[in-house]
Amino acid sequence: MTDVVAVPLWRRLLGFNLLTGAVLGVVGWYVGWFGAHAISGPSIGYFGDTEYNQLSIYLAYIGGVVGFLVGLGFFNYPLARLRGYPPSLREKEGGGIGRYFGLCTDHKVVGIQYLWGIGLFFFIGGLNAMLIRTELLRPSHQVFPAGTYLTIVGLHGTMMMGIMSSGILGPFANYLIPIMIGARRMAFPRIEALTFWLLMAAGAILTTSVFFGGFPTGWTGYAPLQSQANAGMDNYILFFALVGISMTLLGLNMIATILTMRAPGLTWTRLPIFVWGVLSTAVLMVLAAPVLVATLAMGALDRTAQTSFFIAAAGGSSYLYQNLFWVFGHPEVYILALPGFAIVLELLPVFSRKPLWGYRLSVAGLLGVSLLSWFVWQHHLFVSGINGDLRPFYMLSTELISIPTGFTFLCGMMTLWRGNIRFTVPMLFCLAWFFNFLIGGLSGVFLSDVPSDVTTHGSFFSMAHFHYTIMGGLIFTFFAAIYYWVPKMTGWQLNQRLGKIHFWTMFIFFNSTFFPLFIAGFEGQPRRVVTYAHHLQFLNDWVSISAFCLGISMLIFLFNLVWSLAFAKKPAEANPWSSRSIEFQLPSPVPVHNFDRIPVFSSDPYGYGEGPVPSWVPAGQPAGRE
Amino acid sequence: MAAEPNAAPARPSDTTNHGMRVVVAWLVLSAIATPLVAIFVGHLIPPGNASTQGTEQVFDNTWMLGILTPVICAVPGAVVDGPPLRNDSQIQVLWIVITSTMVLFLAGFGTYELLQNGAGGGQGPNPIAVPTGPKLQVQVIGQQWQFTYRYPSLGNIESNQLVLPADTDVELHVTSLDVIHSFWAYELGVKADANPGTDNVAFVRTKGTGTFHVRCAELCGLWHGYMYNNGRVVDSAQFKSWASQAKKIYASIKPYMDKPEAQGGAPFGHTYLPAPERRAG
Repeated sequence: MTDVVAVPLWRRLLGFNLLTGAVLGVVGWYVGWFGAHAISGPSIGYFGDTEYNQLSIYLAYIGGVVGFLVGLGFFNYPLARLRGYPPSLREKEGGGIGRYFGLCTDHKVVGIQYLWGIGLFFFIGGLNAMLIRTELLRPSHQVFPAGTYLTIVGLHGTMMMGIMSSGILGPFANYLIPIMIGARRMAFPRIEALTFWLLMAAGAILTTSVFFGGFPTGWTGYAPLQSQANAGMDNYILFFALVGISMTLLGLNMIATILTMRAPGLTWTRLPIFVWGVLSTAVLMVLAAPVLVATLAMGALDRTAQTSFFIAAAGGSSYLYQNLFWVFGHPEVYILALPGFAIVLELLPVFSRKPLWGYRLSVAGLLGVSLLSWFVWQHHLFVSGINGDLRPFYMLSTELISIPTGFTFLCGMMTLWRGNIRFTVPMLFCLAWFFNFLIGGLSGVFLSDVPSDVTTHGSFFSMAHFHYTIMGGLIFTFFAAIYYWVPKMTGWQLNQRLGKIHFWTMFIFFNSTFFPLFIAGFEGQPRRVVTYAHHLQFLNDWVSISAFCLGISMLIFLFNLVWSLAFAKKPAEANPWSSRSIEFQLPSPVPVHNFDRIPVFSSDPYGYGEGPVPSWVPAGQPAGRE
Repeated sequence: MAAEPNAAPARPSDTTNHGMRVVVAWLVLSAIATPLVAIFVGHLIPPGNASTQGTEQVFDNTWMLGILTPVICAVPGAVVDGPPLRNDSQIQVLWIVITSTMVLFLAGFGTYELLQNGAGGGQGPNPIAVPTGPKLQVQVIGQQWQFTYRYPSLGNIESNQLVLPADTDVELHVTSLDVIHSFWAYELGVKADANPGTDNVAFVRTKGTGTFHVRCAELCGLWHGYMYNNGRVVDSAQFKSWASQAKKIYASIKPYMDKPEAQGGAPFGHTYLPAPERRAG
């Protein structure tokens, strides 16, 4: 520590870090921008009315990302290897706060980087939601011009779907998977760091779309509207492509780590259920995200190189985009939901003091959902004019997916049954998941049934449905995970009283926001409209006011986080929840190399009521804070 | 792994009773809830009774609300502490059987309803659920940001308002000139996406006279939020007089769609490219 302090600040800022990355990112952006103008004039799209040099946007941002990665130091190691330096597995793991602002291969640092990075974009996405609800206070358009409103809707949806895909796997899986499987690192530590910084670059690209006129398509980016939209659309394409690359790499890294790096004795039936959840999600990521990247590459070619993949009049098909997008898009919603299932199943045993009921059934549920999620995508196209014969099949497959989802419900409820339940903050969030996901699932039945989908498709009903499943399913468990694991990750306690206030306000106002939207959808309010029927104003005002209260609830959380981690700073115990899971047998925060000696597992971590915790972690563990 | 030895013999029958009780309670509550939903909120269930398809969707939404609401009420609360139970294959089997039965029933019923007459949804160019008997053909042309309705049987006039005769089967051919739209006639219970280059067919049988709302239900760009208008269902005499008037009014206006002869004889061509002077926006 002392020699670090001796170096003056400007010297410390000069190395390969976030600051250098940002500077080189801007330099790279302009290199790409002017480079593109040197080789190409303004694009002439099929729709013929763009005066923008589309290629310059793509090359500018690609140059910017490359510059950003150079500045962060991602090319140092490959270049060193080319020059003959010996291979090494880890870098930049020592040092104080500086390692959080650069390339660091410690999986725990990456986990915390993810938590703050994702938190930042989640906050921006949430602000967009507040703006949407402000506009919808009145039936005709009042606050924003129609184009701005669509951009806000698009930014909210795209930010939430893109960034929150890694919402659990980024912070919590990166931090916990190596510990839970008794390893000291991820399989590919540099790739792990790369996934995070790519995601941050992607988030910045999407946010800057407002400087290029935004984009009118919402998060689905349907072509040919995509092919017709102005330059901000390119930011959407680049954002989602980078997110896709980041997700693919994240998933590959998780699969490789879980398959190859488990400690002795950790058989498949002893894995914590969270690891199973991460594994099934990672498989979806690896298989789904490349489809997205390929789809967007076609979209980018349509916009820059005058191809016509998605333009019907020139030989393409708008169905091609819809099919490709939802081949990615439906697994994507399970990429969001499955980690939530896993967290609920992981936390329920701890707080009901009972073993996880039906371990194999819950694993079958997770894997069954991830398998079936590949066979349901055309339910997004029920009324689009797809082949009529296919619709009964997709109706059946969509409804079948509720069977493995039901496994999760059964295992969760049976774990609670006759348990000694402690209503801690993480437990409250898990219990809320049951209620929210139940409503989300039951409303999904209306959307999976073709006759009732004719009414509900593309209306606020479907919007309320996926907010119940994604916000009620993912975000609630995301907060459960934060309250449960952040004390372990940071070494500081979170305030439980504020946590309970946060939970109850969030639960009440979440339901008060989204439940009326089912009725609005039933009454015929389509999604993503800036105007609606006058008789729906009361409902919409109710929803808007609830949404503002929901926003305030998030501010309570933010206050709790900042207060607890930066000001109150009460040291967390090693095992505040009396959990049997291995990460809670280590000190808080977990030391740099996790274990002095690799643990040997003799059972799963759910043996509540079955005797003392087995001594998985061999003696000689470093005690106390780092 | 083992459950509590004392409790073990007593549990299987216990479980079966629980399971049976849940099933019976659910059936009873569904039987009570469905008529209650129909009586008390029946008039609120979308989309209304303006068409046969609409009425069927109301029926569908009613019984689904009726059987699904008790599921919310029946979610069990948690009780006091107990032994380390790890598994119970009977409960698992019972659960899987119940959920599978429910799912297969839902899918079977949905398929039956769908195959009756297409339930008002867009069925693509080759519909499988086609009502028998004579049908009034109307082509719905979506573009940014309006719908136009072409009547081949009325000399290919293109109207900006959808007027339909009462108690008639209508065959809607939905297409788009630019981006994807979705033709949503709310009270009629019709929703069909308008894809460029595609002829998406939906069927609806009007019931009685009245007005209905048409909205675009797929994000189609800047003025998507303003892409709506009203349609009318009128009796046959009024429809005839409207038709003769409309022929005069719209005859002089250049249509969006060419005559069928110009499109190789296809009655619902979709190869039309918007001429620059006719482009909106």
